[in-house]
Amino acid sequence: MNKTITVDVLREPVRANHSTGLAGAEKQRFRWPLTFNCLFSRDPTSSTFFSSSMAALYEGYTLCGLAPAQNLLSSGIQGVEAERDSDHVVVTDSTRSVTLYKVSDQKPLSSWTVKQGQTLTCSAVYNSQTKEYVAVSDGKVIRIWKEEEILLDKAFKATVSSDVWRVHCVAGGEPVVLFQRGAVRLLDSLLSAPQQSIEEILAQEEVIRWSTNIVTESQQVVIFTTEQKGDHFLYLQRLNPNTLQRYRLEREEPGLSPLSFSASCRDKHICLLYLYPNGHVYQSVVPVRGLGADEGAQALLMPRSLLLALPIGEGLLEAASAQVLDDAHVAVVGVPHPSAGAGKDFLCIWNTNFQTLQAGKEMAGKIYGQLWRYSNKLFIPHGKTLSVIPYEWPKSSLASALGKLRQAKTEESKAPTSVPSWNNILHEEKAHPLRTVETRKTRTNRKSQSAPSLTNDHILELIKTAPVEEVQKEVEVLLSRMDVQGLQPSVGQLASTLVSRSLDDPTFYTPSSLAQLVHTRCLCHSVCPDLVLLALERKDYFLCQLCLQFFPDIPEAVTCACLKAFISMPDVDAEKVSVEPDGVSFMESLMARERGPLGLQNGFSPIEMDRSDSLGVGDTRAEDKEKATTPTVQICPVGLHKAVLLNEILQTAYSDSFLLPHLKDLSSQHVLLFLQYLQFLYLKYSQDAFPQMHGLRSPSLTQIMDWVCLLLDAHFTVLVMTPEAKGLLLNLHSFVKSQVRLVSELGKIEGSLQELNKMKVKKDVGQYSIEVIELF
Amino acid sequence: MGEFKVHRVRFFDYMPTAIRAMAFNSRTERLALARADGALEIFNFADNYFQEKVIPGQDGRAVEALCWVGQRLFSAGLNGEITEYDLENLRPRYTVEAYGGPIWTISSNSQGTLLAVGCEDGTVKMFEILEERIQFQRNLDRQKGRIISLSWHPSGTLIAAGMMDMIRIFDAETGRATHRLLVERGVGASKSKEVVVWSIVFLSDHTIVSGDSAGKVQIWDGVTGTLVRTQLVTKWDVLALSVSNDESSLVAGTSEGTVVQFQFISSTVGQQDKEWVRTRTFKNHSHDVRALAHTETAVVSGGMDTQLVVRPLLDKVEKNTQESALRKMTLPHRSLVCCAKKAGLLLFQFPDHLELWRLGESDGHGKPGDSLPVKRKPEKLIQLKRKGEDHICCSALSPCGGWLAYSTVTSFRLYRLQNNNISITKVSKLPKDLRSAHQLCFSPDSSKLFASSSHSSVIVVALNQPECKYLHTLKPKSGESEQPVHLLFASEDGKWLATANTDCEIHVYNLDKLKLHCTVPVYSSCPTAIAIHPTTSNLVAVHADQQIFEFSLVQKEYTEWSRKLQKQGLHSLWLERDTPITHVAFNPQNPAHIILHDTFMFCIIDQSLPLPEAKTPFYNQMTLRSLPEPQRIIHSHAFKICKNFQHLMCVSLLEDHSLVVVERPLLNIMSQLPAPVRQKKFAT
Repeated sequence: MNKTITVDVLREPVRANHSTGLAGAEKQRFRWPLTFNCLFSRDPTSSTFFSSSMAALYEGYTLCGLAPAQNLLSSGIQGVEAERDSDHVVVTDSTRSVTLYKVSDQKPLSSWTVKQGQTLTCSAVYNSQTKEYVAVSDGKVIRIWKEEEILLDKAFKATVSSDVWRVHCVAGGEPVVLFQRGAVRLLDSLLSAPQQSIEEILAQEEVIRWSTNIVTESQQVVIFTTEQKGDHFLYLQRLNPNTLQRYRLEREEPGLSPLSFSASCRDKHICLLYLYPNGHVYQSVVPVRGLGADEGAQALLMPRSLLLALPIGEGLLEAASAQVLDDAHVAVVGVPHPSAGAGKDFLCIWNTNFQTLQAGKEMAGKIYGQLWRYSNKLFIPHGKTLSVIPYEWPKSSLASALGKLRQAKTEESKAPTSVPSWNNILHEEKAHPLRTVETRKTRTNRKSQSAPSLTNDHILELIKTAPVEEVQKEVEVLLSRMDVQGLQPSVGQLASTLVSRSLDDPTFYTPSSLAQLVHTRCLCHSVCPDLVLLALERKDYFLCQLCLQFFPDIPEAVTCACLKAFISMPDVDAEKVSVEPDGVSFMESLMARERGPLGLQNGFSPIEMDRSDSLGVGDTRAEDKEKATTPTVQICPVGLHKAVLLNEILQTAYSDSFLLPHLKDLSSQHVLLFLQYLQFLYLKYSQDAFPQMHGLRSPSLTQIMDWVCLLLDAHFTVLVMTPEAKGLLLNLHSFVKSQVRLVSELGKIEGSLQELNKMKVKKDVGQYSIEVIELF
Repeated sequence: MGEFKVHRVRFFDYMPTAIRAMAFNSRTERLALARADGALEIFNFADNYFQEKVIPGQDGRAVEALCWVGQRLFSAGLNGEITEYDLENLRPRYTVEAYGGPIWTISSNSQGTLLAVGCEDGTVKMFEILEERIQFQRNLDRQKGRIISLSWHPSGTLIAAGMMDMIRIFDAETGRATHRLLVERGVGASKSKEVVVWSIVFLSDHTIVSGDSAGKVQIWDGVTGTLVRTQLVTKWDVLALSVSNDESSLVAGTSEGTVVQFQFISSTVGQQDKEWVRTRTFKNHSHDVRALAHTETAVVSGGMDTQLVVRPLLDKVEKNTQESALRKMTLPHRSLVCCAKKAGLLLFQFPDHLELWRLGESDGHGKPGDSLPVKRKPEKLIQLKRKGEDHICCSALSPCGGWLAYSTVTSFRLYRLQNNNISITKVSKLPKDLRSAHQLCFSPDSSKLFASSSHSSVIVVALNQPECKYLHTLKPKSGESEQPVHLLFASEDGKWLATANTDCEIHVYNLDKLKLHCTVPVYSSCPTAIAIHPTTSNLVAVHADQQIFEFSLVQKEYTEWSRKLQKQGLHSLWLERDTPITHVAFNPQNPAHIILHDTFMFCIIDQSLPLPEAKTPFYNQMTLRSLPEPQRIIHSHAFKICKNFQHLMCVSLLEDHSLVVVERPLLNIMSQLPAPVRQKKFAT
């Protein structure tokens, strides 16, 4: 035991290197949209690029050292295969040995070697059903052994009649053997008659380039690609019943062969992803079930779609690989980081839906173009080490891809956090041997806390059962305990759990905790879709306001629901609602201007004062419509707090076509009130030349006008028929008329203005010119 | 008026050098200014700030400080020498080695009897000022560390010396150091760096003011040796201080390019106690302000950005007058460009070399405003490096382009040029009398060379193919001015030669008879350009105060036109221009045309047109352009001013009637300056 510990402690510096890279990266977290690469410059202090906006690459660690070939062309590893669970892998090197590792311990558990002179020709696989390992040596000798067996030579051997390309075995499937000439056999049936004759499927000069094995609920499929005189083919060998289908891949630019393939199964279709040296990543989708009659007869052209065009810098890619992570994410290694110059030694995660770079990490040393992925770890041989890099990614959403949502993890994935640090185990935190990976900052924060408090998981459990007070207390403690970065993954979970409990249990509601969570700005509507509606239901308008303010992606329907709730709320109730102080002070300053001039008029109160109950402004106004050219509506038709809430609605993002149908649901009374309020705002803004001063959050003039237009669009016929609306409409009409007049006046002088522009153009005078001038 | 084809030349890379030191003589109102290349310039502040004298620099002469003693001018520099200048012959009179290493500062007592210099080796050396020279008298107590700045107490009994980290006060009679004032270092990182007391001023009430490299201006009590007040004016260095004659105002120049004014006033109204209060900040420089002078009415500053800035103090001058205008002087007030009219060549004069360029050609015709296609590009034919360590003081190119001459203060060289196959041969046999010249000029037929020499005399040399022969020395009447000739002009017909000197005299010689023809009545302002009309033989002279005179050489009197001009007076906008006319030429096609230029415009005066009235729009070219042809004549007046080309170094008319304008945009000069000290700007 002691010895092992020493070894691992010695390995610590390697990990320290990785961690310094990460620490540097954590200082700045960027998003990297593909099209905006130019916006980003390389930070001179940090060599690692790390976008944590969404998908995240965690601190990597070394699984084992490598003995790369002399010419550094191959990594010395044939394959990494999954073993019994996500924490064990079998690594086969390119010569003679197979090693079983426990990943989280970075520790070999056992190792097997074939005799000198023999070579392993395919990577060993683990058959989880029989708990046996299968490997092939010297092309034809299949070896099967169990973990207890120490000497490989004494294990089971069977010699087959043709050279084996690979043995594949995935969880839930039987081991299959793929021969070099394209034949496929189940291992069991092969072993029953090892010397059975093996047919040749492939043509004379056709060779296998890559193969895999996919098991769906109904079917086991062996997929392999071949190359023949520059043409590439894909074979789909379905087992039980056996059918073979052959597809031809479309040619890329002449001379370019795919660098890597990756297959995944999605909705009964197999997605094949392949990367070309020019950086193009294509996707082809073929059904798992056969097409029927003409199978195998001739190679169909496989349709493909360009998924990504990766920036490749100068020259073509040489050693690179792309792996599907899920339907929206691809891990790519050996491709330059778009904002880090020409170096190709990066591991990047790309979002294929939005073509955005989600995370990137510089890998020290040579990249061999090999990349394996098991559960949520990526295995990359680089330089002289095989590194394990845990990653995670949330559900792909536009908000997340654009970085609007900083980090809200919706999935339960504890795995990347299960790397223990020997230092911690040995020196400080004996009580918690499986502490999650933390940034240094949180670790020190944690240390300064005297009493260890509950972890996320505990709180999640607690939320489901505990009384309101306790939940609120614990959430508060949790939030205060962590800094924002450590907090991000868990906020979404916390909010979802709180909301679902509240929905289930009418007596349970924690307004302050939810407000705190929203305040972290790590939430968005798509992460927790029920939150706003819950707040509306519980009449928690403060929370509504916060959500409107902080969520980038509130659907128009929800915005409209909020609007309806706000506008229909009696002013008396509204004044009881606590709202954001910023908005209140803005409205107060706006309304103060309304009172100011009134007070100046020596006690004379204009007629508007008499109808301070606002709803009737329109009808009295109808009488003096002759004078309506200078409307003087000075009284805010809604109360202070209500106005603040409405302002928040005005400032949310929306698209007209989605909002319009929902707006139609408003009653004409509400529309009228809202229009009056908007008119009031408009007048305030335009009459007093009142810009958005004080730096307070306030709607812009354009936002106000857009809403006026929308409301009129949605309810014009109704408003025309409503007598109370007549004055209002006339006023609005006069605004429009004045605007039109202004624009037309501007149009008249457009020519002159353009001339002004032309005059400014200054000739560039060089060192010498010959000019003609005239004096008068 | 007419169309002109204009060769617009921007390839003269003239670069003024940084201003190092300044001294203002309030009695004669002359400002002496030293530049980084050792050149010395004298500006006459009484005569529109005209740069009347230039003493060319010398390699290795780094002037660090200047000092007027009466009318005598002394300089000292890092070469360890004290130099007195001969302002009549525009050359150093003599040089005295101080034997104390590099000299940082020089200062004379108010009596004008002693000169003190501060040396690198820590000594203050006293020199006695004698009639013809200076003589070493003694050293004051030697200090550790260099003496950077010196200031005499007006009584002449005490000297304050600025050093590293401290100020010393010496008794001038005994030579003993009496006080040691420790100057605090800067805070932060500069704590470890010695603070340099760049400048020091000793006032008559025994107040000492110091400016140092930590950005402080400090007021000390010189009697007790105590610090009275510290004013932090910059994050960088305070490089220069200057106090007004009445000791009521003081200015400090900083590395940031600002000049900060302090005034000795009572801080509250009605109180008697006066103190030094920081009052104004001027920012007219982009770079270090190295030299300052506080005149009666203005602050004069100069530094790394090569501009001399005169900033009038608005409490001392009448507002909204010409006197209250800010002046920036960058380009020299004399021509560094010589144009060979017949050959289409340009000669550019630099301190250490000459460049000969051939103008380009274009055969196109265009309408006004067009740029014509350049058929042949201009080319540099010759770059001639000077010999010796003295800088070039004048140069000339003959109109035919066949001769080139230049002079330094110690040597004169003449070259024969062959332009067809571009060859240059030095004329080796030169007349003995021709050793150095202040100004050079070739006769229009290129047969003679005129070189102005000492005592306003002009040497005439005949140029023949194999050799050149001394002909005559033209001298004004004896007993007249000793001042150097700064302008020479030979008339087109070869009959007349006009000279002008800085005593404002204009002499005209008859070259046939080789004797003085007449002297133009002396006008109070210095002539800045003179020329003789090719057909009427009228001499046109323009003066530093912008006045124009036309003098008939035949009748020896001012012409009718000149009298009319004087009677009516020049337009106020003409008089308000702040750069002198540096060149006058005539248009052979139209004898009524006089072509003049200053830095910002060139002007064609049509003598046949009425002079502008005080109320007529002066700059009327735009108006005239917009008028239909027949109406133009009603509105036009004699002054046709073109401002299309700016920062003009030369405007000349070639034989083919096309104009050559040589521009040197100030922006190009600015862009070649080194980066200024970093300053925090808003939002950077």
